[in-house]
Order: sequence, then C-alpha cells, then structure tokens
Amino acid sequence: MKVGIIVFPGSNCDRDMYHVLTDVFKLKAEYFWHEKGLPKNIDAIILPGGFSYGDRLRSGAIAAHSPIINDVRKMAEKGIPILGVCNGFQILVEAGLLPGALLKNTSLNFMCKWTNLIVENNKTPFTNKLKLHQKIPIPIANGEGRYYVDDDTLKKLKRTNQIVFRYSEVVNGSTDRIAGVCNEDGNVVGMMPHPERATESEINPIDNKPSSLIFESLIKTIGVKN
Amino acid sequence: MTIFNVHVTIENKSGISDPEGETILNDLVLKGTHSTITGIKTAKMLKFTIKEKDKKSAKHKIQEICDELRIYNPMVSKVTIDVFDS
Repeated sequence: MKVGIIVFPGSNCDRDMYHVLTDVFKLKAEYFWHEKGLPKNIDAIILPGGFSYGDRLRSGAIAAHSPIINDVRKMAEKGIPILGVCNGFQILVEAGLLPGALLKNTSLNFMCKWTNLIVENNKTPFTNKLKLHQKIPIPIANGEGRYYVDDDTLKKLKRTNQIVFRYSEVVNGSTDRIAGVCNEDGNVVGMMPHPERATESEINPIDNKPSSLIFESLIKTIGVKN
Repeated sequence: MTIFNVHVTIENKSGISDPEGETILNDLVLKGTHSTITGIKTAKMLKFTIKEKDKKSAKHKIQEICDELRIYNPMVSKVTIDVFDS
C-alpha cells in the first residue's frame, strides 16, 4: 500500500507528512513532483501544506492547474482517498474537487495556534476510526483559512453530509465554523489544520491520539501496513 | 490588430465581509475628518496587455481567460473587465 505525496513549488509540509506516514504509521510513501503524472499503483494521495507558488493570485490558484492535478482528478473519480491539508485543501478547492473558497482570516493575521476540531462526518476514509463529535486538539497555521460557501451551498453540504470538521469555537470567521469538507462521494477530504503536526506526543502537548486516528482511518481504508 | 490595456478587477461579491476594507475605513479614513466616506472595498487588479482586432474582442478574450483559468473563484468573487486604448 503506497501513499503519494504531491510536491508543488512552495510546498513545505511534504517532509513532515512523509515522516508521519513512514516513521509513525509505517506506511510506504513517495513524493511526486507536480509536473509529473501519478502511477496507477497509488492507494491514497496527500496534498501537503505550504505556500505553493508563494500564494500568488490566491492560495492554491496556480497549483490547481499543475499537470498532476489531471491525474488527481481521475483518481478522485475512481474513489481513491485524497487528503488536502492547509494549502493542499486550498488547491483542491481551487481545482474544483471540493466546494467553496478560502479567504483571508477575519483578523487578517497569519494564525498559528492550537485549536480543537469537532468530527462531523466519520464516514470518510480519513475519519472512519473517529467518533462522531469527537474532539481533536490540532494546530492551525494559515493566513487564508476562512472557509466560505454561500447559503445554498451550505444547505447542500449539510444535506449531503460533506462537512467533515468544524472548529469547536469561532477561530477565523469560517462559514458555520467549517474547518474541513469532503466531496459528495466522501473520498476527497480537505482540512485547514495540520494533523501531521499532532500525531506524536513529543510535539503534541495535549493529546496525540485523535489526530493519529486520521491516519489510522486511512490505514483501515486502504488495507494493512507494509 | 491593435494593442489594448485591459484591467481585470477581482472583488468579493456583495455580502461577503472584507475585513481589510473595513479596517481601512474604520481605523484610518473615519478616524480623520473624512466623515462623508461610507464604505471602502478592497480588490485585486490584474492589468493585461492584449493584441486584438477591437475592444469587444479584447474583453471577450480576457473574460474567457478569467473563466477558463479561474482567475477568480466564482463562489466568492466577481470580476469587472475594463478595456482601454494603449
């Protein structure tokens, strides 16, 4: 079982993600440069955080047109689990694989702090080992993290169970405190907070178990460890 | 073919908060003596230079590029396209 980590110019959480997948959860992982294609034997894809193309135009807007996104799109249609974290989430939104938009935080500040997520959908490949409404202590680190959808889209997201995570409190002005969403099929998930920075007790002063369950959910979904 | 300057203004749709514009209004302009100002909205402008046969074609082409490449996110933004002689 192999997880592909997509690397864009300006990605900076790719190595953290690789470390967590391989050293902590003993999965096979491989980096894929954004200009190349993806092989067919990839079982899951992660778009890591960072500042692809320096956030020029707006976060994720240019990376969303990378050649590799065509393969990501095909794999999304096949039901392969795909996770976008922070800038990865922004790229999935800008590629149209997830609904909405990510705007500057209401405070206009780059926010780097610990917060709590509430699990709102535990049926996705990345949340199926979490309990509904389980709390996840997790860090955020973004300037454009305010998730926005219009009223009609919000109603639709609720109806189709596409809200995966909410913040436990108002953090950045996101619509309905949304921190993560999925596509209609549930296999493509995007979230602003960083689970890869929260799975080890050495760097998580609160509780590393809930964030670990995000990766353990993936393992449950794609099969046994290698 | 003629060269035209095309200004593409990208701004939030109405009803979507613009904290930067609000800060400029409330913490700068209205703290001075400019009490007649009732609103400020921030926007991003891209200035294109394009070679086309006329203004109409230039505007059409730029609109096409904006839509195809998602120069703006239609969920949250709108664009205004203004064409000028170079």
